[in-house]
Amino acid sequence: MNDTTKVARQAASAPVEAALLPAVDVIEDTGGITLYADLPGVPREKLNLHVEADTLTIEGEIAIPVPEGMEPTHVEVALPRYRRAFTLSKELDAGKVSAELNHGVLKLRIPKAEHAQPRRIQVAVG
Amino acid sequence: MPYRPLFARDVFAEMDRLQREMLQAFDISPSIRGLARGGYPAINVGSTPKSIELYTFAPGIDPATLDVQIEKGVLTVAGERKAEPAPEKASVHIDERFSGRFRRVVTLPEDADPGAVEARYRDGVLHISVARKASAQPRRITVQ
Repeated sequence: MNDTTKVARQAASAPVEAALLPAVDVIEDTGGITLYADLPGVPREKLNLHVEADTLTIEGEIAIPVPEGMEPTHVEVALPRYRRAFTLSKELDAGKVSAELNHGVLKLRIPKAEHAQPRRIQVAVG
Repeated sequence: MPYRPLFARDVFAEMDRLQREMLQAFDISPSIRGLARGGYPAINVGSTPKSIELYTFAPGIDPATLDVQIEKGVLTVAGERKAEPAPEKASVHIDERFSGRFRRVVTLPEDADPGAVEARYRDGVLHISVARKASAQPRRITVQ
């Protein structure tokens, strides 16, 4: 009971900032999952990836140098950050996630755990 | 061909994507030339007394293949984004990212100088800076 109130309070004291939902592609092959996310305007140092329990969160802040005194006249990208979370399944090895950020595209590779790799099962004929 | 499930595995992601598209379609003042398919690339425009600044959010493109042109006061950004090659026997669970050819057209204000344009591609954002003509910039006139 105590734990629940703690969690609720924490959530209330740290309001989550509004963020854009980046477009992603998720492709699964026998060895694992590859995720591509469009994060234009996010430099490497403003990208934040974290895995907590079985939730993978991608967060990035847009950092674009803007000339002084610029007035926006037409805005399609209206928020300065992206955020998206995914629930990982337990056959994925969250400890071996590799990430690359290139021209505003994040590529994440999440391999499947050893025990979840496909195996051919021999059928014994007896 | 990779296998694509008939129904989206994650219904909430699909709803979020829809909401994002609706927001993009209604929340902003729509241009007469409309939005690019799938909102790609999104463009933000700003202005300063000396220049017009365009930010094209076009991630994952080889800058050498980007085509930026100005003709009769109309700026065109065109290019192509190739789809990531999917490995054999892969299944595509989410497929939201744009791929294919794109073109976006923006009318520049009258005082834009097509001879003074700078374009830079960084972190997936193409920043085009068009200077305003010197004659159109505010000037203080000294009274004799």
